[in-house]
Amino acid sequence: MNFKKLLLHHGRQLGTLAGLLLLVLALSLRTPYFLTVSNLLTVLEQVSINAIVAVGMTVVIITAGIDLSVGSILAFAGVVMATVLQKDLPVPLGLAVGLGVGVGCGLLNGLLITIGRLPPFIATLGMMSIARGGALLFTNGRPVSGFSDGFRALATSQFLYIPMPTLIMLGVYVACHLLLTRTRFGLYAYAMGGNEQATHLSGINVRLHKTLVYGLCGLTSAIAAVILTARLNSAQPIAGMTYELDAIAATVIGGASLMGGQGTLVGTLIGALLMGVLRNGLNLLEVSSFLQQVIIGAVIIVAVLLDMTLKQNRK
Amino acid sequence: MRGIGKSFPGVRALDGVDFDLQPGEVHVLLGENGAGKSTLMKILSGACRPDEGEIHLAGQPQRIATPHHAQSLGISTIYQEFNLVPHLPVSANIFLGREPRRAGFLLDRRAMRRQAARALQELDVAIDPAAPVSTLGVAEQQMIEVTKALSLDARILVMDEPTSALTGGEIETLFAIVRRLRARGVGIVYISHRMEEIFQIGDRVTVLRDGRKVATHRLADVTTADLIREMADRELTEHFPREAVEPGPPVLQVRDLTTRTKLRGVSLELRRGEILGIAGLLGAGRTELARAIFGVDPIRSGEIRVHGCPASLRSPREAIRAGIGLLPEDRRQFGLVLPLSIKHNVSLPNTDRVYPRGLLRTAEERRLAQECVTGLRIKTPHIDQASGNLSGGNQQKVVLGKWLARKSDIFIFDEPTRGIDVGAKVEIYRLMNRLTRDGAGILMISSELPEVLGMSDRILVMREGRITGEFTRSEATQEAVLAAALGTTA
Repeated sequence: MNFKKLLLHHGRQLGTLAGLLLLVLALSLRTPYFLTVSNLLTVLEQVSINAIVAVGMTVVIITAGIDLSVGSILAFAGVVMATVLQKDLPVPLGLAVGLGVGVGCGLLNGLLITIGRLPPFIATLGMMSIARGGALLFTNGRPVSGFSDGFRALATSQFLYIPMPTLIMLGVYVACHLLLTRTRFGLYAYAMGGNEQATHLSGINVRLHKTLVYGLCGLTSAIAAVILTARLNSAQPIAGMTYELDAIAATVIGGASLMGGQGTLVGTLIGALLMGVLRNGLNLLEVSSFLQQVIIGAVIIVAVLLDMTLKQNRK
Repeated sequence: MRGIGKSFPGVRALDGVDFDLQPGEVHVLLGENGAGKSTLMKILSGACRPDEGEIHLAGQPQRIATPHHAQSLGISTIYQEFNLVPHLPVSANIFLGREPRRAGFLLDRRAMRRQAARALQELDVAIDPAAPVSTLGVAEQQMIEVTKALSLDARILVMDEPTSALTGGEIETLFAIVRRLRARGVGIVYISHRMEEIFQIGDRVTVLRDGRKVATHRLADVTTADLIREMADRELTEHFPREAVEPGPPVLQVRDLTTRTKLRGVSLELRRGEILGIAGLLGAGRTELARAIFGVDPIRSGEIRVHGCPASLRSPREAIRAGIGLLPEDRRQFGLVLPLSIKHNVSLPNTDRVYPRGLLRTAEERRLAQECVTGLRIKTPHIDQASGNLSGGNQQKVVLGKWLARKSDIFIFDEPTRGIDVGAKVEIYRLMNRLTRDGAGILMISSELPEVLGMSDRILVMREGRITGEFTRSEATQEAVLAAALGTTA
C-alpha cells in the first residue's frame, strides 16, 4: 500500500499515533525514568485490562450502540469464576464458567436491545446495576482471594520478557481485528452501524448479529476479569467501577464515532495506549491524581474536537 | 403572487407562476405530484424563498422571510404532518411560543386554558383544552391546528391535503368549519387530489403542471374531465428508449394481497422480459406494495408466487433468496450504507459468495465489486470509495449492482430516477432494457407519468391500496392513467 492510500484510509489512526509518539517524546525529555524497557513493559501491562474491555466496546460503538455494563460484568464474571476456582476444580473449567457468565450477560443485553427494543443506553444501564448487585450478592460483598499458581501465571508469567497480560491483550486485538476486517460478522457490524434499515433490506438478520455483538462485548469484559483476578490474586465484587468510561474514551480517541459505522481496533489500541502512557507519565512527573483527572478529561475532549474539525475541513 | 420562479439543483420547480386569492374564497390548487403546489405554498408561508417574482398582500408588496414572519402577516399553513407537541395539552399547543404570562415569566395556565376554550368554542369544536394532544384523534388534532391558526388572526389559511386522513363524517365537520371561515372573510388555499371534494368546497381552481400555471377557472365553469386534461396534457418530448421484449412466462404473481397498513386485495402478474409500471398518487399504496412483496411489511392475506411456485416471503432475506431485488425510493435511507465503500455495499447481500463459511475471500470481493463498477459504468476512482460520496445516479447503480451480483431476476424499482440528472436517467432506462432482454421482470413504481408511459409495457394504477386501472402500452394515455389514479372517469 502506498503512502497516499495509507493516509486516506487510516489518516485518523495515524493522527492519534502521532499524538502518542509526541507524548512519548515529551515524557522522554522530561523524565529519565520513562523511556526504559521495564517502564514501557509496565505501561503495556497496566493498559492491558482497559484495552481488552475497549475491544468489545469498540465493536458495540461501531454498531451505533453503547455498553455501560462492561465494568459490572467484569466484576460479576470475576467473582463467579473465582468461586469455582477455589473449589479445587480444573482451571480451564473455572475460566469457561467465568467467560460464560460474561457472554451470557452480554447476550442478555443484546436480547433486551433487539427483541425488547430498548435503547442500548437503557438496557446496559440496567445491566450495569444488575451485574454489580449480582456480584455483591454472590459474595456477600466480600472479595474472593487466593488461587493456584497455575491460574496466577495468567498474569504473573512472562514469555520472552513480555508479561502475559500484554500477550493476551495482543491476542485479543489480533483476533478481533481479523473478526472485524475479514469476516462476515465484521462487515455486518459496520453495516448495521452505518444504516440499519438498508442492512435489513439487504437480507441480513440484524437482530441476531446485533445480539452477538453484545455477547462479544461481554466476552472481552470477562477476559479482562481473568487477568485482573489473577494479577490481584483476588476477585473483588466492586472491581471494574468506571471501566466503561475508560473504554469509551479509548474508543473515541481511537477514531470511532458514537453515531456508528466507523472505528477500528488499531485506533482503539492506540487510544488505550495514549491514556496509559499519559497516566504513567503524569505519575512519574508526580502530578497529583486530582490534576491527572482534569488532564485526561481534557485530552479526550481535545482529541474528539480535533477529529471533528478535520472531518469538517475535508468536506 | 406574480411571476414566482424557484429552482432546485437540477429541477425548475416553479416557472413564472401567478396566483391570487380573494378574501372569503376557497381557492383550490391542483396538480400532479411534483407539479409545484407544495413549493408555491412553501414560498407563501415563508418556508422557502422564491428566486424571482413578487408577493403582494392586500396590495402591499411583501418579502416573506420566515414562517414566523408569514404568521405575523396573517398567513398560516396546516401541513399534512401536524406541528403539534404530543405530550402538551391542547391549550399549550395553541399558544406555543406566545403563552400568556404573569409577572413577566410565570406561565398563566388558567388564562391560557380560558383563552383556548374560547377559541375552540368560536369554531364550535368540542375539545377539552386540558387534554394532551396525544390523546386526540387525527381529525381533532387538525381542528387544533385550525384553531391555532385562527388565534394568530390568520387572514390566509393554507391547507395541504387536509382530508387525506379523515373519515366521511370528519370531512363534513371540516367542511363546515372551512365554510364558516370563508364567511368570516378568511382566504383559503386548498390543496387536494380528491376531485369530488374540490367541487364541493372550492370557489376557484388553479391548475399547475411541471412548475407552470396552466389556468385558473371558476369551479362552476369546469368539469372533472377538463381539469384532468389540463393536469396531464403535456408533450412527451423526453426520450424513453424502451425496447420491448416478447414477454415470457410469469415470474411473479400476486393474488389478493392485503396488509394491515394499506393494501386491499392487490393482484398482479409480472412476466419474464416485461416492465410493469405502477402509477398512482402519493399515498396510493405503491411503496407499501413493494415492501409487502419484499417481505418487509407482514402480509395479512393473499398469495405470492415466484416462477409459478407459492413463496413465503416473510423477510427481505427470503425475498432476496427467491431472486427479488428492491431498489427503494429513498436509496440513501434504505438502499445503501453510505459510510461503507462500494465494495462492501455490493458484498452485503452476497456474503454467501464473498464470505463462504463466514470468512472473507478478498479476490472474490474485489471481482464482484469491479464487475459491478465496470458492467454498470459507475463513475468512481476505485471500489473502495464510500458510497455516500457518489452522485445519485451512481448510487442507484450500486444498489442495482447488489442484486445483479446475485443474479436476481425480479426487480422492484421504486421511483428509479428520482433525484437523478437527465443523462444518468437515460442510462438507468437502458439498464432496465438490458435486464428485460436478459430475461428479468421489472416492477416499476413511478410518480412521473411520462416515465410510466414511456418505459412500461403494461401499466397498473393504484388508488387507496387497490388496483383501479390496467392499461396496455398502446391504450394508455396521460389522461386515462391520471383519471384512474384520482378515482374518476375522464
